[in-house]
Amino acid sequence: MRFLLATFLTATLSLIAGIYTPWWSIAIISFLVALLIKQRFGIAFLSGFVGIFLLWGGLSFWIDAANKQVLSHKIALIFPLSGSSILLILVTAVVGALVGGFAAMSGSSLRRAERQGQVPVK
Amino acid sequence: MRVVPFIVSTVVTVALVFALNKRWGSIPELGKFLSPQTGFWQNADGSSENMDEAFSFKNLKGAVNVYLDERLVPHVFAEQEEDAYFVQGFIHAKYRLWQMDFQARYAAGRLSEILNDSKLLNVDRLQRRTGMVFAAENMLAEIAKDPFSQQVLDAYTTGVNAYIGTLTQSSMPLEFKLLGYKPEPWSNLKSALFVKLMSADLAGLGLARDLPFTNEKSIFSLEEMALLYPQVSDSSQPIIPKGTLFDVPLLTAVTPATVDSLYYTNDTTVNPVQVPKITDIKGSNNWAVSGSKTASGAPILCNDPHLRLSLPSIWFEMQLHTPTMNAYGATFPSIPGVVIGYNDDVAFGVTNAGRDVIDYYRIKFKDGSRTEYWYNNTWQQCKMRVEQIKKRDGSVFTDSVAYTVFGPVLYDNTFNNDDSSINSALAMRWTAHDPSNELAVWIKLDRAKNYADYEDAISNMATPGQNFVFAAKNGDIAIRQQGRFPLRWTGQGLYVMPGEDSSYAWQGWIPQKENPHILNPAEGFIQSANQRAVDSTYPYFIPGDYFTPRGISAYQQLSAMQNITVDDMKRLQNDVYSTLAADAVPFLLQNIDENYLNDSELTYLNELKKWDFNVTANAKAPTIYQAWFDSLEKQIWTDEFAQSNRSFEYPDEQTLFEAIKRDSLFRFIDNVNTPGLETLNQQITTSFKLAAGGLAKEEPTNGLIWWKHKGSFILHSLRESLMPFARTGLQTGGWGTVLMAHSKTHGPSWRMIVQLTGETEAWGIYPAGQSGNPGSKFYDNFIDDWVAGKYYRLWMMKESEKGDKRIIGTINFTTS
Repeated sequence: MRFLLATFLTATLSLIAGIYTPWWSIAIISFLVALLIKQRFGIAFLSGFVGIFLLWGGLSFWIDAANKQVLSHKIALIFPLSGSSILLILVTAVVGALVGGFAAMSGSSLRRAERQGQVPVK
Repeated sequence: MRVVPFIVSTVVTVALVFALNKRWGSIPELGKFLSPQTGFWQNADGSSENMDEAFSFKNLKGAVNVYLDERLVPHVFAEQEEDAYFVQGFIHAKYRLWQMDFQARYAAGRLSEILNDSKLLNVDRLQRRTGMVFAAENMLAEIAKDPFSQQVLDAYTTGVNAYIGTLTQSSMPLEFKLLGYKPEPWSNLKSALFVKLMSADLAGLGLARDLPFTNEKSIFSLEEMALLYPQVSDSSQPIIPKGTLFDVPLLTAVTPATVDSLYYTNDTTVNPVQVPKITDIKGSNNWAVSGSKTASGAPILCNDPHLRLSLPSIWFEMQLHTPTMNAYGATFPSIPGVVIGYNDDVAFGVTNAGRDVIDYYRIKFKDGSRTEYWYNNTWQQCKMRVEQIKKRDGSVFTDSVAYTVFGPVLYDNTFNNDDSSINSALAMRWTAHDPSNELAVWIKLDRAKNYADYEDAISNMATPGQNFVFAAKNGDIAIRQQGRFPLRWTGQGLYVMPGEDSSYAWQGWIPQKENPHILNPAEGFIQSANQRAVDSTYPYFIPGDYFTPRGISAYQQLSAMQNITVDDMKRLQNDVYSTLAADAVPFLLQNIDENYLNDSELTYLNELKKWDFNVTANAKAPTIYQAWFDSLEKQIWTDEFAQSNRSFEYPDEQTLFEAIKRDSLFRFIDNVNTPGLETLNQQITTSFKLAAGGLAKEEPTNGLIWWKHKGSFILHSLRESLMPFARTGLQTGGWGTVLMAHSKTHGPSWRMIVQLTGETEAWGIYPAGQSGNPGSKFYDNFIDDWVAGKYYRLWMMKESEKGDKRIIGTINFTTS
C-alpha cells in the first residue's frame, strides 16, 4: 500500500510541480515523498522510478496520440531511434524514471540515516 | 550504516540532473528537452485542439478579432489602423518566431552566436562586410521621416514583443529547445534587416557579375565578352513590348576620358572566391490579362514568385482588415503588410527585376591599418566599423570593416575567403546602402484603389528592383520595373572600376518616370519572367545578360489565348513546355552524326526524337536532353575558360544555342587544345556520346525519370542538419527553362491567381504550411496539393461570416 501511495504521490505532485517549476522538480518531489513515506530502500527507488515513468510515459503517450505521431516520428529520426514513436516515449519515461528513482533512494536513505537502526515495517 | 547509500544515491541523483540539464555538443539538455511538461512534447500540437484565445494589451488602441480558418489563415479585423499591424506582428511571431529570429541573426552576420560551426564565421563576416546592418540603419532613418510608416513599424515590433512576452519554456518554439538558446526581443532594425536580406537575395552579390567578368576579361577580348554575355539576346522577348517608343532620356551619363586605358584594357583581375555564387535567375513569372481577353470580361492577375523553397516558408498567408484597408495575400513574417495579394479594388504581384545594382571599386590603402585610402589626389580617412562576432563557445572574433566614399570594403587582405592570392582591396557600391523606405510600398499598395495609387505606392521601392504587375476592377492592367537604378554610361559596372577618384562613380539615378512601364498595352496582356525589361532601344545602359525562354513561353501562350478562365491560368502557371528545347532539339538532331552512335546511344536518341518538349515529372527525355546540353556546354567552353584558373561563369544555355545556330563556325566550337579544327557536327556528336555514357550509369538507379533525376526537396531553414524536418523526393516536373521553374532547390514559392470580377475570385497556394512548428499538422500540409498543381480558393472574409464552419478558432485582442 505504501508503495502504491508513494508512487501515486510522486506522480501527481510531480505533475503539479511541473506546471510551475523546471523539469528537475521531479527529483525534489521524489526525494520528499520518499522522505515522508517510510519504505525499504529498494522499494523507495522503485516507487520513484515507477511514479515518474508513469507520469512522463503517460503524458508523452497521451500527447503523442493527440498529435498523431507528427512530431515524435521526426524527433525519433533526429535522436536517432529509427523514427519509432514508442521508443521515444520509452526513452522519455526511462530518463525521467531514473532521476525519480535515485532521488527517492536518496530521500529514503536520509530518513533511515536519521532513525538509525529502525527496521522498516510494511 | 545508511550514510553511504545516502551519499551514493544523492551523488548519482545530482550527477544525473546535472548531466541531463546540460548541453553536450549538439545534444540538447535531455531532461529539459524530454520532459513532457516543458520539452519538445509540448510542441506536439493536438490535432483537434481548441484554438480560441483572448489577450489584453495596453499598447492596443481598440479591439481586434482574428479568425483562423481551416487552413490556419488568420483573418484580422482591427478597429484601428496600427492595431492591425500590432496583431500581425503578434500572429507572425506566434507561428513563425524561430524563423524570424533566425533570419534576423543571419542577416546581421550573427549565426556563429547560435550555431557551433566554424564554417559560419566567413558567412557572418561576409554579411558584416556587405554592410547589412549599416543598410538597415539607413533604412530606419528614412522610415522615421514618414510618421505613418514609423507608427506601423512600431506597432508591428510591439506586437512581436507582446507575443515573446507570453512565452514560457514549454511554449518556446521547438528549434530554440533543440539548439538551446532563447529568442531576442524584436526591434524595428530586425524588420529593416529582413528587407535587406531580400535585397541581398534578389539584388545582392549573387546578381553582380563584375568579379567573374573581370577575370574573364583577362582572357577574352571585349568583343568576345559581348558575344558570350549579350545585352540583348536573339530571342529576347522583353516585358515592355518590342517597338514601344521611349522618350528622349532626361539624363545622360558621361563616359570618363580614361575609360580605355584605366578600365577596358587595364587588367584589373581580382580573385575573390565569389560568395555567394552567381545566382541564376530561373524562376518567377507574373502576368495580367485585360478583360478583353477573359471569359468573364474582368482582368485576371497571376503571380508565382520563385525563391529557394524552405520549411517554414518565407511566406505566411493573411487577411488584414481595418477602416481603410482590406488586403489579402502572402505576407513576410518580419515585416508589416501584405506583399503579394489583392484588396477590394486592385491586385498586385512581383517578379525580380534582376538588375545589377552593385559595382566594385579598387581601393588603394595607405598602409596595413586600412584607415586611409587614396581618393581625389589625397589620403582620405576611412570610417572604421568594428564588428564583433560572438561565437557560441564564448570567444569573440573582431573584424574591422573600412567604409569608403563608395561603401564598405568587402574584400581586402584581412578577408579573402580563404584565397591567399587576393592582395587587392575592393569596395562595393550598392543601392541597398542608400536610404529608402520599402515598407511604405506595401502600406500604400494594400490600400491602393487605382492605378495612380499603385504608382505612388511602388515609387517607394528602391532595392530590390521588382517588376510590379497590377490589375484593377476598373479594367486597368499595368506593369512597372521599379527600383532605384544607377545611371551608368555604356559598359560601366561590367568590370571592377578604378576607385582612385570620383570619375568612375555613379552619376545619378535613372529617373523614376523612365523606369520601364506600360499601362493597358494593345496586346491586352502583360507578362514578366525575369527577362530584360526592354529591347535595345531603351536609352539607358543595363549591364548583364538575361535568360529569355520563360518570357517567350508566357508571351506566345498569352497572345494565343482568348476567353481566358481561371482554370486556363492555373494550367499556364503549371506549364512545363520548353521553348528552348523545342528550338534546340531539332537543331541538335539535325547536326548529330548518327553513324557514330552505338545501339544504346541510339535508344537514348530515339527517346529524345519522340519528346513533345514538355518537362513532365515522369518523362525520360528531359533527363537525356539536359545531360546532352550540359555535355555540349563543357565540350564548347571548357578549353577556352581553362585559360583562367580564376572564378568564372559559363554563358547560359540559350546563349550557346543561339550562337551555334547563328554561326556554325562560332569560334568557341574548336577545341583549342587539339591541333585540328573541330566542327560543330563533331562536337555535338561527341557531347552526345559522353552524355550517353553518364546516362547509362545513371539509368539503373532512377530509370532516368525526370523528377528522380532532378531530386527536388524542401529543406528546413537549418538545411542538411535537420533532414527529418525536410520534405524530399517531390514528384514534380519543370525546370529553369519553363514557366513552372521548379529546380532542385528553387520553385514557385507562392502561386496566386486573382480574377477581378465584382466579387473577386482568387486562388493561391504555397509549398509548406502556415505553422512553422514541425510538430503541427499545419507545418507542411499544403505540399502535396502544391506538387499536384492544385490551388485553394482564397477567402476574403467579411466579419459577418464569423459563424462560418471554416472558422476553427478565434483570437480576441482587447486594450487594457
